[in-house]
Amino acid sequence: MNQESLGQIFINACLVNNFVLAYFLGICPFLGVSGKLGTATKMGGAVMFVMLISSMCAYGIHALLVAVDAEFLQLISYIVVIASTVQLVEMFIKKMSPTLFKALGIFLPLITTNCAILGLALFQTNKGYDFIQSIVYALGAGAGFTLALVLIAGFREQLEYAEVPKVIRGTILTLVIAGILSLTFMGFSGLGTQ
Amino acid sequence: MSVIIAILVLGGLTLLLAVMLVIANKKLYVYEDPRIDVVEGMLPHANCGACGYPGCRPFAEALVGGKILPGKCTVSSSEGVESIAEYLGVALGAEEKQVARLACAGGTNVARNKAKYKGMETCQAASLVSGGGKGCFWGCLGFGDCEAVCDFDAIHMDEHGLPVVDEDKCTACGDCVEVCPKDLFSIQPINNRLWVACKNLEAGDEILEDCQVACTACGRCAMDAPGNLITMENNLPVIHYGVDELTRDPIQRCPTGAIVWLDQKLGAIKGRESKPVIRKSEREIGFS
Repeated sequence: MNQESLGQIFINACLVNNFVLAYFLGICPFLGVSGKLGTATKMGGAVMFVMLISSMCAYGIHALLVAVDAEFLQLISYIVVIASTVQLVEMFIKKMSPTLFKALGIFLPLITTNCAILGLALFQTNKGYDFIQSIVYALGAGAGFTLALVLIAGFREQLEYAEVPKVIRGTILTLVIAGILSLTFMGFSGLGTQ
Repeated sequence: MSVIIAILVLGGLTLLLAVMLVIANKKLYVYEDPRIDVVEGMLPHANCGACGYPGCRPFAEALVGGKILPGKCTVSSSEGVESIAEYLGVALGAEEKQVARLACAGGTNVARNKAKYKGMETCQAASLVSGGGKGCFWGCLGFGDCEAVCDFDAIHMDEHGLPVVDEDKCTACGDCVEVCPKDLFSIQPINNRLWVACKNLEAGDEILEDCQVACTACGRCAMDAPGNLITMENNLPVIHYGVDELTRDPIQRCPTGAIVWLDQKLGAIKGRESKPVIRKSEREIGFS
């Protein structure tokens, strides 16, 4: 059992070990949908939501696997569960709120293949978080993901108006910014440790 | 032993999830008219929003729902509109073609700059520096934001730095209306050929120092116009289209040529009374 306080877990997942900028997980949506602030925020929200659900499911699955002494099945069962959860969430949103479904569009099914979500499920198991801690960890990770996405979207929107040398326009520029952002987030390391 | 456990656990888990998804699929099934996809395939996918819907898919939904007629899509070719109307079995609902019109005629040969703007070569940026360098506060800055934003290659800058709309190519999507920092563009039915090509709100002849073709709010056009065709509002003539039959007469009353008749072939025609513009070169910078 892990003894970290909830606040510590949140700060840790959100800033110190930011999933995108420190662990380099979920880079594809980070580069793909960070062109506009609006879509970036929505994507962040969707990822956070799926993270929360899959974190809860992963906790349940882990308990089940421990009970039958088959922990080596962790990875594969997490993948199965996450994929079906996203499917379920997609159907649910489509039925309950067509507007939200339209706003999220293709991002929602794409979250299935987002490694940040699988990473979250694996980390929380390795760290031995209990149910409440897992939820806070998922919220922190989601907030961190959203933060990174919103930050880079802001930069990219501003850079639309800048005169950038032709050679580094486009993806290259985004990667350079991502690198600088990642360096900046290194400044948070040590925060929250006793 | 562990192989059997693995098979049992994973088999059970996937079976459980599959059953859950099947039930959810049945319970949460949302019926969507298959015709929406077909109609969407027939639309141009410009997602321009000229029809009043946020994109081609919402427009297709409205079409299938019978809320709107296919003619509202100004980007589709007439054959495209016809095929959609035929597929859905509805009327064409063809609208009068609309085009973007520019309410400024102050090219570099007639309108002078009060300052030289040096910076980002866009109107949006230039207008942030005390409204741009143009002598007339309301006039076209001529950096061609509208030319750049037009997806249909319908706007080109002429030799005097004024955008010219190609009426055949214009789809009335409204992108230029949105991008112009001076609000000079508007979407007009193509047959509204009588046009006030000025947005200057000041009354008096002083403006002529800055622009030879400005409207000075003399009001002659409004006085002589039949019925209520033209009234003066905010020192600018406003043409009330549809009140009376449009004639070319008002352009003959304008001393500066700010009211023009936009002929289909000849372009903007000015009245006989207006001072002809002979100058071709750029006017010097200065202010009064």
